[in-house]
Amino acid sequence: MESKKLIKIATAGSVDDGKSTLIGRLLYDTKSLTTDKLEAIEKTSRKRGFDYLDFSLATDGLVAEREQGITIDVAHIYFNTAKTNFVIADTPGHVEYTRNMVTGASTSQVAIILIDARKGVIEQTYRHFFISNLLRISHVVVAINKMDLVDYDEDVYLKIKTDFEALVEKSNFNTEQITFIPISALKGENIAKQSELMPWFVGNTLLDHLEVLETGDLQESSVARFPVQYVIRPKTEAFHDFRGFSGVLYGGNLNVGDEVTVLPSLTQSKIKSISLFDQEYEVATPGSSLTVTLEDEVNISRGDMLVKSNELPKSEKQIAATICQVNNKPLRVGDKFTLQHGVNRVLAKVDSIESLIHTDFSGEEPTQQLKLNDIGKVNLRLSKPIHFDSYTENKSNGSFILIDEGSYDTVSVGFIE
Amino acid sequence: MSNLLIPNPKEAESIHILREVAAQFEKPVLLFSGGKDSITLVRLAQKAFYPARIPFPLLHIDTGHNFPETIQFRDQLVAELGLELIVRNVQDSIDQGKVTEERGRYASRNTLQTTTLLDAIEEFKFDACIGGARRDEEKARAKERVFSVRDDFGQWDEKNQRPELFDMLNGKIHQGQNVRVFPISNWTELDVWEYIKTENIEIPSIYFAHKREVFFRDGLIWTANEHVYRENSEEVFEKMVRFRTVGDMTCTAAVLSEAETLDAVVAEIRDSTISERGARIDDKRSEAAMEKRKKVGYF
Ligand SMILES: Nc1nc2c(ncn2[C@@H]2O[C@H](COP(=O)(O)OP(=O)(O)O)[C@@H](O)[C@H]2O)c(=O)[nH]1
Ligand SMILES: [Mg+2]
Repeated sequence: MESKKLIKIATAGSVDDGKSTLIGRLLYDTKSLTTDKLEAIEKTSRKRGFDYLDFSLATDGLVAEREQGITIDVAHIYFNTAKTNFVIADTPGHVEYTRNMVTGASTSQVAIILIDARKGVIEQTYRHFFISNLLRISHVVVAINKMDLVDYDEDVYLKIKTDFEALVEKSNFNTEQITFIPISALKGENIAKQSELMPWFVGNTLLDHLEVLETGDLQESSVARFPVQYVIRPKTEAFHDFRGFSGVLYGGNLNVGDEVTVLPSLTQSKIKSISLFDQEYEVATPGSSLTVTLEDEVNISRGDMLVKSNELPKSEKQIAATICQVNNKPLRVGDKFTLQHGVNRVLAKVDSIESLIHTDFSGEEPTQQLKLNDIGKVNLRLSKPIHFDSYTENKSNGSFILIDEGSYDTVSVGFIE
Repeated sequence: MSNLLIPNPKEAESIHILREVAAQFEKPVLLFSGGKDSITLVRLAQKAFYPARIPFPLLHIDTGHNFPETIQFRDQLVAELGLELIVRNVQDSIDQGKVTEERGRYASRNTLQTTTLLDAIEEFKFDACIGGARRDEEKARAKERVFSVRDDFGQWDEKNQRPELFDMLNGKIHQGQNVRVFPISNWTELDVWEYIKTENIEIPSIYFAHKREVFFRDGLIWTANEHVYRENSEEVFEKMVRFRTVGDMTCTAAVLSEAETLDAVVAEIRDSTISERGARIDDKRSEAAMEKRKKVGYF
């Protein structure tokens, strides 16, 4: 089955830069707002005395948000064009911002960073770009919004672009990964239609740009990682001896006949079959949820990993990582957690906190603890080795979460060095 | 043998979620309404565990006001796939005096379901309830997690949700808590319909255009039936209609339609400008309706 391209987008911007309005506008321009939703927006806009449609009403979902007129959590919004399915994470722009943006960005290939044309590049912008850089988002769109309030002036646009490019130099991004687009979310300029009010801008509209993006991860190496999620043993007549190993394939292709090594046992075998439901395949591509069988009878359980025998990952009990604290409880040296790496869980202890990283690219400082929304470098000691790659080589196999042993909350997300 | 497995990203994600449920919980259950979303879930679960059986039962909270076509379909599906089905009845909750039947113009058993559901969770000690809700259905749902932790009272605390990073799911819970799981969170209504079409999945007949006795109220089309309150002044007509969601007769409105085949239905959905929940009478009651119901444990 040929399925549509899926692009996941995270939005970033300070409060009132126009994130919700932009998303509402994208929904409106792609005809994804249904009549009843549009009517509700019209009604509420009128009730509030606006002479325009307040598209932010399309996404600001919770009662508290409608009352206070702010966004308080990540909301996922869906729209599609003929060629592409889009998912946008609308993340709020205030206090808990880092946590929410990291969460939204962890599943996104694209980040749209909004800048209010009147304000230009501000400290918040540094943080938004820093997070995009930390998570190694494939594409960043810098949307310079509210151009209607600066008379669609090219100089304003150019000044912001130059300021932003100074930031790009401090990051790991290539300039091809960054695109600047002057827009008015409210008026719909350069969103779905090319703006006649900004004839000086020759680039694509936002929607055109999003449609032509390459979704594959530009930075990852194509090494196959297959963490075993579930062992399938039907124990029926027809499949008496069947032992299938299921999970999601990450990083690179897997072929029938590949020589594989099972971690941690280091047992070797060969891929006998690759299947999804009642269909068998010769080759599986990354992102597939599949089931494999092996030529030999091997003892494998959930949390083990199959890799090609000539592409072993690192296996260590001591790891260095950058983490972002996503819970109110601060992280301190000596704290113990359950570390979840993909579907595998081990116990972890914080050996040391190396530094708190400034999210404005100005460096690091020593610290005793990492508080909610802090990003810092830590060393962890594990109860058992995990089989990982650095986050820059393979996102799925280079990231983890820490789960608090008391509350069971997810308290940190980590990116392995 | 087809050569290359190229994933359908939404299907692959849903299968991943279902396998996480089976691996992380002791007693999961799939909440089955007989509607297209829960039928899609059953197919995804078949795919996730093939060639083994689906490793959890289905639970149907029967309001007694279901369309008979849905119940027939349910029983046939369960028989064909050899699934385990548990049914719990809202009528029993009413008879036990735990809930009181609503009266009047908008009477519905939809909200009463919550009590029956929570009782069933307690009775069987289910720790994970898999449901077919989608984030595109309603604004409050847009913020729902894939693994959504509920307390002993089934309550949802939207301000204290665990962040979900990458595709790592944290299903660790305390005694008494349970998790609502939404494997098709990221699907849209159109995704579901297109999947039903490409996968050739059977669905109840009421999703296709058929002749039905209906009446009109508040701009919606209601089924004329002994379960649905109707004033004498509300005249009954016979119309060609179909349903876009299949819940209770008392809270599911029909749409006028000539779409008698799956192709025609998908084409209609693609062009349609009324959202699926626009045809849910219970949501029309108030804009914040869904969020309020979720807070008290509504599915
Ligand atoms: N003039 C103008 N106002 C805008 C534009 N985009 C957003 N706004 C307004 O800015 C305010 C904040 O927008 P909102 O979308 O809620 O921002 P958020 O906090 O980033 O989600 C609202 O009053 C919008 O109407 C724009 O392009 N031009
Ligand atoms: Mg907003």
